[in-house]
Amino acid sequence: MPEISLIEAIRQALDEIMDADERVFVFGEDVGKRGGVFRATEGLQEKYGPLRVIDSPLAESVIVGACIGAAMNDARPVAEIQFADFIFPAFNQIVSEAARIRYRSNNDWGVPLVIRVPYGGGVHGALYHSQSIEAFFCHVPGLKVVAPATPYDAKGLLKASVEDPDPVLFLEHKACYRMVRGEVPDEDYRVPIGKAKVRREGSDLTVFAYGLMLHHSLAAAERLADEGIDAEVVDLRTLRPLDTETILASARKTGKVLIVHEDNLTGGLGGEIAALISQHAFEYLDAPISRLAGPDVPAMPYAATLEEAFMPSPDTIANAMRTLAAY
Amino acid sequence: MPTEVKMPKLGESVVEGTISRWLKRPGERVELYEPLLEVQTDKVDTEVPAPASGVVREIAVPEGTTVKVGTLLAILDDADGAPAEPQRPREEPAAAAEAPPAQPPKADAAAPSRFVSPVVARMVQEHGLDLSQIRGTGAGGRVSKKDVERFLAEREAAAARRPPEGEGAPSAEERAPVVERAPAAPPSPQPAAPALSDDMELIPISPMRRAIAEHMERSVRTAPHVTTVFEADLGRVLAHRERARADFERQGVRLTLTPYFLQAIVAGLRAVPALNSTWTDAGIIRHRRAHLGVAVALDEGLVVPVIRDADEKSLLGLARAVNDLTERARTRRLEPGETQGGTFTLTNHGISGSLFATPIINQPQAAILGVGAVQKRPVVITQDGLDSIAIRPMCYLSLTFDHRVIDGATADAFLATVKRFLESYAG
Repeated sequence: MPEISLIEAIRQALDEIMDADERVFVFGEDVGKRGGVFRATEGLQEKYGPLRVIDSPLAESVIVGACIGAAMNDARPVAEIQFADFIFPAFNQIVSEAARIRYRSNNDWGVPLVIRVPYGGGVHGALYHSQSIEAFFCHVPGLKVVAPATPYDAKGLLKASVEDPDPVLFLEHKACYRMVRGEVPDEDYRVPIGKAKVRREGSDLTVFAYGLMLHHSLAAAERLADEGIDAEVVDLRTLRPLDTETILASARKTGKVLIVHEDNLTGGLGGEIAALISQHAFEYLDAPISRLAGPDVPAMPYAATLEEAFMPSPDTIANAMRTLAAY
Repeated sequence: MPTEVKMPKLGESVVEGTISRWLKRPGERVELYEPLLEVQTDKVDTEVPAPASGVVREIAVPEGTTVKVGTLLAILDDADGAPAEPQRPREEPAAAAEAPPAQPPKADAAAPSRFVSPVVARMVQEHGLDLSQIRGTGAGGRVSKKDVERFLAEREAAAARRPPEGEGAPSAEERAPVVERAPAAPPSPQPAAPALSDDMELIPISPMRRAIAEHMERSVRTAPHVTTVFEADLGRVLAHRERARADFERQGVRLTLTPYFLQAIVAGLRAVPALNSTWTDAGIIRHRRAHLGVAVALDEGLVVPVIRDADEKSLLGLARAVNDLTERARTRRLEPGETQGGTFTLTNHGISGSLFATPIINQPQAAILGVGAVQKRPVVITQDGLDSIAIRPMCYLSLTFDHRVIDGATADAFLATVKRFLESYAG
């Protein structure tokens, strides 16, 4: 199987979906002529023409709003928000319209829309090119939120997202784009939305993570293996709806849980997972459920030292795991 | 109120330290932030300042002992010297050394914690166990889920081993791992001393020596090492150094060859970024920033301080950083973080006369460059199709790389760039 980068997996998925279904089109800033600022749509405009790979105005509300209309008229739009930091002008369209149409129309209408969103820090992107925005959207019923960490999952989940009858927010961690490479088969496949994956089996404690933090957590787990601590690492993959079955099974197995995310601590996904576990697996717990997350500061700092301090790292994750293992 | 002095955390990955010297004795007065003791770790020596003013009541860990981060080292009484108001029970040093770092169930360090977690409560009930029979290894001596599981497994194993006549309880050895209230394992296990005759001498292993040994062994075990060797003509570099030396000296910087090699590595990493990587089973991590380690030989060992973002520094900046780090490495005044986070390492074994070597990779990096002694050698130079023999200052460049991460051709492409950079050095 060929090894490709995560960004290439996304580009391939888009290409194959557009080839298979002519209702699919791409709409976003610089996605056409330039091929996207991260090159996720490179070559697609030449192949499918300017009516299917469309450069939008710099107006996220329009990008999502127009796509909602198109989706309701049997198109299959894939919107791109250039950086997650810019998604907020479209917040109203996503939350008040896309997520609600099915409920509001008594199941007569749906919005089969995918919004691709590069997010996350560690790329020296500072305040406006680094944010994690998943918590805002995971709160919203009617939305699905996925965050693949490997090229295989990115390709399979993107195809599943386009085929989903409802809106899907598709989060792509920028630091993983070119850093993470992996095998992707030539044949057509899907990765189902709503399924987490145990990336590393272990018995002493469980780490739940996604995106870049998954890779940091795996690195930390490998390090701790040398110290005799056997950690299980679960890749959440879908953030809404959470795969409660896999989460609870792992929590019950190890009895010690650490949740790692780069997004701010307060109101982040870690709180939701912790609540879920403490309600449904309380009698299996052997330690307080712990969270390691980005600090509650207004934004990702620009200074390299401060950015480093903001981001959970294999070192800080390993320390949190050690503390939990020693409890 | 008495103040507890605990072993501080002296770096991200530092988990223990050795008390090299107490600067104050029991009964002596110490001011806030005044150095109280010296601690030696595998990375650095450092002084630990007093966390409060007061009088040293008790020293819990003697000199030469290695203890984990968070271990109680000493107790300071109020500055006026009066004994602290609520007389704490005198803690046994052994018990204090066991206390885990900063953990919730707050209990007297001598008595095990009675906190029972939900899962332990359920298991004790399900299996009808007596909690006091189970040795706790969790925080504060708490019985953890693992302890219960171990107890159950031991009990089962003992039952299986029991002779068919059904006589008696399991032997002491069988019970020992579970019931014995042994102190936590010491941080550095003391192996049995080998038999010595009169014409032998046993040299104790310093923390630094042990750290080097462990690191080298781990590196050779984990990464398949391959070394490739080029040679470079340093004529232009030496000429440049001759020209620049006085100017650098006016700015207080001693100019050695090391910063030139660092520049050459930066050029090589730009051309072949695959060398700036780390192998993990999840994937190869490619580092976007170039943090270069520089090996510094010390009398008692070796330390590798790191120049962060070496690719963003000028020759002057690199030279200044090299001067500063080697000086502080030799006086063992490096900050703990300064030996961590390197992405590639340079070792200048030529300093001690070596021509070429096969360096061991500084884990978790992918490669290390060794530079040999600069030697005037007759070499064949071809110019305009004519061969001639000239005397040139030559130097061998040995690159050891992790064959899991890259292959020979990639390594050679890197080394070729390093050689080209040095031979065409333009300042």
